[in-house]
Amino acid sequence: MWLFIVSDAITFSAVIFAYGYLRLAAAAWPRPFEAPSIANAAVMTFVLLSSSVAMVLAVRASSLGKVSGAVGWLVATALGGVVFDILHIHEWLGLIGEGVRPFHNPWGTPMFGAAFFTMTGLHMLHVTIGVVYLLVIAVGFGRKKFSAADVEVSGLYWHFVDLVWMFIFPLVYLLSAKTT
Amino acid sequence: MEHAETAGNKIVFSVWFGLLGLTVLEVILAYRQLPLETMLSILMVLSVIKAALIIAYFMHLRYEQPSLFVTLIPALVFILIMMTVIFADSSRLAHMRSLVQ
Repeated sequence: MWLFIVSDAITFSAVIFAYGYLRLAAAAWPRPFEAPSIANAAVMTFVLLSSSVAMVLAVRASSLGKVSGAVGWLVATALGGVVFDILHIHEWLGLIGEGVRPFHNPWGTPMFGAAFFTMTGLHMLHVTIGVVYLLVIAVGFGRKKFSAADVEVSGLYWHFVDLVWMFIFPLVYLLSAKTT
Repeated sequence: MEHAETAGNKIVFSVWFGLLGLTVLEVILAYRQLPLETMLSILMVLSVIKAALIIAYFMHLRYEQPSLFVTLIPALVFILIMMTVIFADSSRLAHMRSLVQ
């Protein structure tokens, strides 16, 4: 899992560097995120960080052999992921409603949409896969098909998804906050 | 994957509060009228600190064998540094655009 995480980190870095490239080369970059969007993204950060803590508790419960505790915390972690996804999709629909498309948006610099949807979409895909992964592990651990080590490995993946958001949140949202 | 010790409750929740605190700090900074470069630098330093906290305590790399850290992290940092070569071309494009206009 560590090797996968490093390779996935490189994938995300490439996407983030591509965004940096586009933004630096563009004449102007839109700053469309008003205070409610920033607040929404901050709440998403809070949800993701809290789900990571639930994941830590799930890993600990599983290593102590507490099956119901581990399953409960795993489900809580997955629930955090679901809440994150719902808030994020709501954000996406808001932007799409404002007329943002991958190669067109109301504020000029057409690549804004492509960069935004690629970065946040790749991350949202990871969260969604993570939710499925955690639920599979929860069911399997509850039925004693998976070991505590399997829970720990799923935890590594989940914390990594959390980590990536720590970069996407400031780069995509905070640096494009509408300040006036 | 075996490890003798992991972070206790106290550490886990302090790290959680630390991460939330840094996030709040970032949001406050976003509304300061700073030059974009300064803002980017500050936000990236804070994000790297947050990433390091997550890796060290939540992913408990701190409690693993040092060889795991040596295997993973320097190579990743090296690749990230290599990726920055593209920015020279990016600023060239921006410069050319300003010449055209």
